[in-house]
Amino acid sequence: MITRRTFVKAGGCALVAYAGAPRFLLRTARAAEASGKVLVAVFQRGAVDGLSMVTPFGDPGYAGVRPSIGLQAPRRGESERAADLDGFFALHPALAPLLPLWSSRTLAVVHACGSPDTTRSHFDAQDYMETGTPGVKATPDGWLARAVGARPAKSSPFRAVAMGPGLPRTLQGDVGAISMQSLDRFDVRAGSDASARAGFESLYEQGVRDLLHGTGRETFDAVKMLRSARASRLPPANGADYPRAPFGEALRQIAQLIKADVGLEVAFADMQGWDTHVGQGAERGQLALRLRDFGGALTAFARDLGDKMADVVVLTMSEFGRTVAENGNRGTDHGHATAMLALGGGVRGGRVYGRWPGLERHQLFEGRDLAVTTDFRSLFSEVATRHLGVPAAPLFPGFRSTEPPLGILA
Amino acid sequence: VLGLGLVGLLVAPATRAAGADRSAAMPALAAPAPVAPTVSAEDRRILHTLSRLTYGARPGDLERVRAMGVLAWIDRQLRPGTIDDGPTERALAELPTLRRPIPELLRDFPRPDPRLRAQIASGEMSRQEMMERYPIEKRPARIAAELGAAKVVRAVTSERQLEEVMVEFWFNHFNVFAGKGDVRWYVSAYEREAIRPHAMGKFPDLVRATAHHPAMLFYLDNWLSARPDYRVLAGPNRGRKAGLNENYARELMELHTLGVDGGYTQADVTEVARAFTGWTIDRPQTSGHFIFRPGMHDTGEKIVLGHRIRAGGGRDDGERVIEILTRHSATARHVATKLVRRFVSDAPPPGLVARVAGTYTSTGGDIPLMLRTIFESPEFYGEAAYQAKIKKPFEFVASAVRALGGTTDARGGMALARASAEIGEPLYQAQPPTGYADRAEVWVNAGALLARMNFALGLALGRYPGVSVELGALVAGADPSSPAAVLDRLLASIVADQAGPRTRAVLAAQLSEPQITRLTPDDRGPANTDVAKLAALVIGSPEFQRR
Repeated sequence: MITRRTFVKAGGCALVAYAGAPRFLLRTARAAEASGKVLVAVFQRGAVDGLSMVTPFGDPGYAGVRPSIGLQAPRRGESERAADLDGFFALHPALAPLLPLWSSRTLAVVHACGSPDTTRSHFDAQDYMETGTPGVKATPDGWLARAVGARPAKSSPFRAVAMGPGLPRTLQGDVGAISMQSLDRFDVRAGSDASARAGFESLYEQGVRDLLHGTGRETFDAVKMLRSARASRLPPANGADYPRAPFGEALRQIAQLIKADVGLEVAFADMQGWDTHVGQGAERGQLALRLRDFGGALTAFARDLGDKMADVVVLTMSEFGRTVAENGNRGTDHGHATAMLALGGGVRGGRVYGRWPGLERHQLFEGRDLAVTTDFRSLFSEVATRHLGVPAAPLFPGFRSTEPPLGILA
Repeated sequence: VLGLGLVGLLVAPATRAAGADRSAAMPALAAPAPVAPTVSAEDRRILHTLSRLTYGARPGDLERVRAMGVLAWIDRQLRPGTIDDGPTERALAELPTLRRPIPELLRDFPRPDPRLRAQIASGEMSRQEMMERYPIEKRPARIAAELGAAKVVRAVTSERQLEEVMVEFWFNHFNVFAGKGDVRWYVSAYEREAIRPHAMGKFPDLVRATAHHPAMLFYLDNWLSARPDYRVLAGPNRGRKAGLNENYARELMELHTLGVDGGYTQADVTEVARAFTGWTIDRPQTSGHFIFRPGMHDTGEKIVLGHRIRAGGGRDDGERVIEILTRHSATARHVATKLVRRFVSDAPPPGLVARVAGTYTSTGGDIPLMLRTIFESPEFYGEAAYQAKIKKPFEFVASAVRALGGTTDARGGMALARASAEIGEPLYQAQPPTGYADRAEVWVNAGALLARMNFALGLALGRYPGVSVELGALVAGADPSSPAAVLDRLLASIVADQAGPRTRAVLAAQLSEPQITRLTPDDRGPANTDVAKLAALVIGSPEFQRR
């Protein structure tokens, strides 16, 4: 099984050796991949309000600036309220399903995390976070793609997968990442008629060695692998109950890929709807509904994978946070720092990481936003190095952390 | 001429021995597929020209261009005003937002009432109730959707093919994202007013038109950019400091003119941003047109790339910057590089880039003359350029419809725009200011390739409402009881006999599949599902992904 990646990397000479690789060697390779680590990156597009997701109720500056959308301080036994995490921070009540993961120390929070770039443009900030290069738009590839590229070459067509219609910026690059809308639809859809599929496959399986044929062969390798692994038939395990919404569907299918041992190393899913300029709500309301889907999907994912979570880290991110004070429409505008979550095996959970910058006016960024005290690249680097075992420097060119490591991963 | 017997091709069928590692049987390094000998050198030249200057050849195009002479045909395409395009204009009449001015669109496609969303979220209002109060065809997203449908209709049916190619090229060069804020109301006007009139004109006029357009002013935030001590006078942000915003200044140099290696510094970015302060939008939510606000403008002196712009220039500062940038040799090189990449190869030959840049410099950025420099170059017709480009998803979709002799109405345009999105290129939805990439690696990936194959099946089987394809006409004259003859006709019309021997052999082998040879001469005629399947295979073949 020759892939475009090995072709590009190894050059023409290596082809002969690869082309004749017997099946049993490939099976061995696959078995080794199956035991590998998986990173699941989750993007909350639209800038999630970190101050509602993980509320700093202990900060005296919090309550006053959010008269209608602020969360009430936690109180023992009142599950309608946010849940106390450590006497200072509390988890939004819609995220309550995540609490057992907090207690079992597999869920950690990094607060006041964000980009050194000050843009409040969604698309610029997303671009910067996905490429891993704040302020630089000319970066051709994404940091997740570079992370996969930095790992030893493997033969699986499923090393990097994005659930969605297109390849996100963060997985663009020369690692042959696959994007798919759903496992079911990842096939030639010709009904019961197998001849069209066979025809397309034959068209791509032989002929010149170029990008198109190489990708075509990879594609049909992936299609066949997926079909033989019956990944899409694997039901959620351990009673996991995914919310029936796009994000829940995405995580459910990523779990299927992991359980089917198809060689997944990096997966990506995103969720929209965090841009709460108007009518954000507090314990209940618009944001709470989004958080319920978000937390519900993460919880189901962890439950579904069970013991396999030991090899998986889920990392959530959002392009920036929102204004500390609520605006005139009971919402929040574009801000600066936000909160990110890390979940899974090796995460030293049950802790909120990062230095808290404070909510006093003089402590705010530009007098209005939560200041960034942890560069998102510090967090991402630690996850990449500790979990995926790749050096951070090529992933985040030009970045040298001035802060001590968070120590979020064992 | 087309009667290349299939018997000879069946010598090398795709053996499918169970359990065998098929890749082991592959030659390590296959030579590029030779072109079928039936295509003459002159036809090859015509086919290449058609593949680069149009959204793909339709049945009969080869013969038409041959009769006219390829040079005369290019001349005509370079003067689109001389080409009648009545049928396209009539098809576009079904898309009412297309020609409407911004203030009318702002009035008739209001932004969603924030309370509606809150009422939905809280359960006060049902989704159905909301759909009635705020139907989809009244939402601002309709504007970009109609613009996308129009783009499809034009690409499929317009006789002014090169002009359409250039409108797409320049929109992408001066990209705005229809999903960013108020751009959704401005985007159709942007293409109509800023891009289309100059697509075959002079490059500096494109820079000027886009710099003044509310879509660009909003998209790259220049409308908010003000002198450092400026405070907002009115509205919800009254009293707030609104300082300098460098977004437009940077992209103007990096992407629109000089190029990322064009030799400007951060100091130049700041100076250019200062020059454009006060270029803003008048009442963005009701009027939405360009206005210069002296109160926001930084009146001091600016130095841009060594040129002194005197204090007190006001609005003219920005005009002066555009003049400096569009006369710069780095701009000539940058624009030439992108044009050569579009028309010749992902790796633009440096010699040709230099000559096109020379044309830019000597003609003040005359677009038809730069194009002529490309079309008359040996590089354009060189072996290295032939079939060297991978079609972008939109190019693939449009060329597939054209190759099958298809037509589309406005509804079909919407369906085909969605198909382009499924293959990875949602129209007018490129978020970053770089627009969509013009390189193969970006578009070739597993999910996208399957989506291309599935589109090919759907199109050939007639599953896109509003789109009709003429399979019957394609295979007319072929003996419908002879699958081989039908295949010959399909290959001749869809890929003009340019399929490699592998593809021919694979397709010929397909003829032995029972589901293909079910081909019957009786009830449904030649345009039955089996012809459709063969046509789909040709559309989904590697050859058809190239241009």
